[in-house]
Amino acid sequence: MNLLPVLPILIPLFTASSMLVAWRSRRLHRVLGAAGALCNLAAAIALFAAVEREGIVVLRLGNWPAPFGIVFVADLFAAILVAASAVVGAAVAVYSLGGMDPERESFGYYPLLHILLMGVSGAFLSGDIFNLYVWFEVMLIASFVLLALGGEKEQMEGAIKYVTLNLVSSAIFLAAVGILYGTAGTLNLADLAVKLREVDNPGLLNALAMLFLVAFGIKAAIFPLFFWLPASYHTPHVAVSAVLAGLLTKVGVYALIRVFTLLFVRDPAFTHGLILGLAGVTMITGVLGAAAQSDFRRILSFHIVSQIGYMVMGLGLLSPLALAGAIYFTVHNIMAKTNLFLVSGIVQRDSGRLSLADLGGLYKDRPALSALFLIPALSLAGVPPLSGFFGKLALVRAGLELRSYPIVAAALAVSLLTLFSMTKIWAEAFWKPSPMPEAEGRRRDPAPATLYAPVIAMAAVTVAMGLWAEPAFALAQRAAAQLSDPAGYIRAVLGGGP
Amino acid sequence: METVLAVVVGGLYAAGIYLMLRRSLVKLLFGLALMSHAANLLIFTAAGFHGEAPPLVPEGSRALLPPYADPLPQALILTAIVISFAVLAFGLALFRRAYSEVGTDDLDQMKATDT
Amino acid sequence: MSSLILRTATRFVFPLLLLFSVFLLVRGHNEPGGGFAGGLVASAAFSLVVIAYGTDVARKSLRARPVSLIGAGLLVAAGSGLWALLRGEPFLTGQWTTIERFPGGPADLGTPLLFDIGVLLTVLGVVLNIVFSFAEEE
Repeated sequence: MNLLPVLPILIPLFTASSMLVAWRSRRLHRVLGAAGALCNLAAAIALFAAVEREGIVVLRLGNWPAPFGIVFVADLFAAILVAASAVVGAAVAVYSLGGMDPERESFGYYPLLHILLMGVSGAFLSGDIFNLYVWFEVMLIASFVLLALGGEKEQMEGAIKYVTLNLVSSAIFLAAVGILYGTAGTLNLADLAVKLREVDNPGLLNALAMLFLVAFGIKAAIFPLFFWLPASYHTPHVAVSAVLAGLLTKVGVYALIRVFTLLFVRDPAFTHGLILGLAGVTMITGVLGAAAQSDFRRILSFHIVSQIGYMVMGLGLLSPLALAGAIYFTVHNIMAKTNLFLVSGIVQRDSGRLSLADLGGLYKDRPALSALFLIPALSLAGVPPLSGFFGKLALVRAGLELRSYPIVAAALAVSLLTLFSMTKIWAEAFWKPSPMPEAEGRRRDPAPATLYAPVIAMAAVTVAMGLWAEPAFALAQRAAAQLSDPAGYIRAVLGGGP
Repeated sequence: METVLAVVVGGLYAAGIYLMLRRSLVKLLFGLALMSHAANLLIFTAAGFHGEAPPLVPEGSRALLPPYADPLPQALILTAIVISFAVLAFGLALFRRAYSEVGTDDLDQMKATDT
Repeated sequence: MSSLILRTATRFVFPLLLLFSVFLLVRGHNEPGGGFAGGLVASAAFSLVVIAYGTDVARKSLRARPVSLIGAGLLVAAGSGLWALLRGEPFLTGQWTTIERFPGGPADLGTPLLFDIGVLLTVLGVVLNIVFSFAEEE
């Protein structure tokens, strides 16, 4: 246990820095890019197995005692997300072997991808709110460069919006951390959970909660702070879109869930009521935005927003069942969303375009690809027996138990509209005959195996999460039980303690 | 002292937000820089003042002698300064590139990715 | 820029700055200083060369690519933390040894110094990467 919790951070770090040392060797970058991501996946699974077996795992860096030194904490929630993000990392790294262009590769695409993975794992595992900020920045700066890599006009405009809003969010986050330190005198999450209980100033606490809600809300893309997302996510290379769509907003959601289950639980009627309302509006605006779009990736981008609504809804309801639903849904969404973006990449490669009006005939040309699109698409829409259905089922049941009927109604309506969006893509891109003459921009040769293998693997995860929903959901429930009982987390970090 | 710094922090935030709301890319970047300065100063102010002496163990002694300044907020600010330095350097390069790519620094003209 | 005064001064100041950077690195052992400040001073030395002689000369005198310096620095810094694992202690725990026959009395040597060297290399690489790319844009 002296190393395992930081392995998902160290492996990408060592991979990325080795690639930096050998900057010129594109072949080495490719080999290390895939091999490092697979090693990282193995380490993340080992960490998950350890947490599953032994409960919360804590690593005190440099052997400094807990509230003073830097700690990395892997509870079940964090370990699940680290494993899921390692799956995404491995899938995208393998996909990039076949799908990335040489120019981006020689400008350091693979090192950046690994730095991004390092930041994501670090944010999940950090047990200290200032380190959470640092990992956020690591992740963000890697994502900034990835987003701008290639330097097309659209990318630049998308990147400006993305960079600006995320920097504002970081500044707010930093200010909130400063005030939090002034209030409680500590930054260790477990120690904060203890100290904030004694702070006798509900107004200040709520103001702090709102600062964190805005800071993480921008990163998670909840209403009304999501505008950077659909303005930028469709501009970069597809592999970059896939990894950003799969991971970044979920780190925001993770931070929201962590902070609002551990620190700000004194006034749930106000804070979590507000979060629940925002969740509903986020779902609805996202799905309506998607309905108005006619570009493959733009539709998917707006759907990220609407699905963030479901995850935040679980947090707003704040019952163990709702949190379990949110965790299950987050993992499902990481898999399905990344997979859909990867499928869109294969579509773009084969037909040379992504606008729905110009696409068509893919079902006739590429039946296997069509099936691979349908699995994550139907899962996203919540069709049983795929994974999305069970996530939504748990959230809706939790909503009914707590008699929050408006949010349940919103969730169900949004689910229906998601199905509409997915059938729109299906009908336009796959089903209708191709509107373009044969030769134009199309490629007859099938995509290489490095493109299909990650798509098939992630589709298999989606199907497995649906077929073995009971053990998977039981796991989510155990993770939610840990979240609902902060005492266990505090005891694991501070030892003995109060 | 706290009052003065609080006013300065507020002023920095106001100036930063004002600059960010302008249409020029350069002003946007300056606005972001002021926002991060404001956040740093806010950390410094919110952590409070516990004395002027630097938190160094004097020669021959085994422990800190009060009164000494709290080193943690300064460490936080130092980290945040480094991060904002890196991020702003990247932002500068990005904005420059965007200016030569799009051909304008007017944010209102950059509507190609909106819907 | 072709100022004779600056060029001549740079010749004298450059080695002094590098020496000062090493001094800061070692002083950081238990007094103010350290890898970060040392790295900044070293990169100031190379930036001075950029201003006086241009980036070509600066790159040549640096010998390594700045990006490679970043990578090497990160490897050294993170690698210094792995040392502790050999003794069964958590990652990044400082490992110390005393050199008895050090000129001027026994000296403690430990992995934090290695970590600081990594920080110095990383800072040097990052700053020079930024300086070179902005200076070469003209």
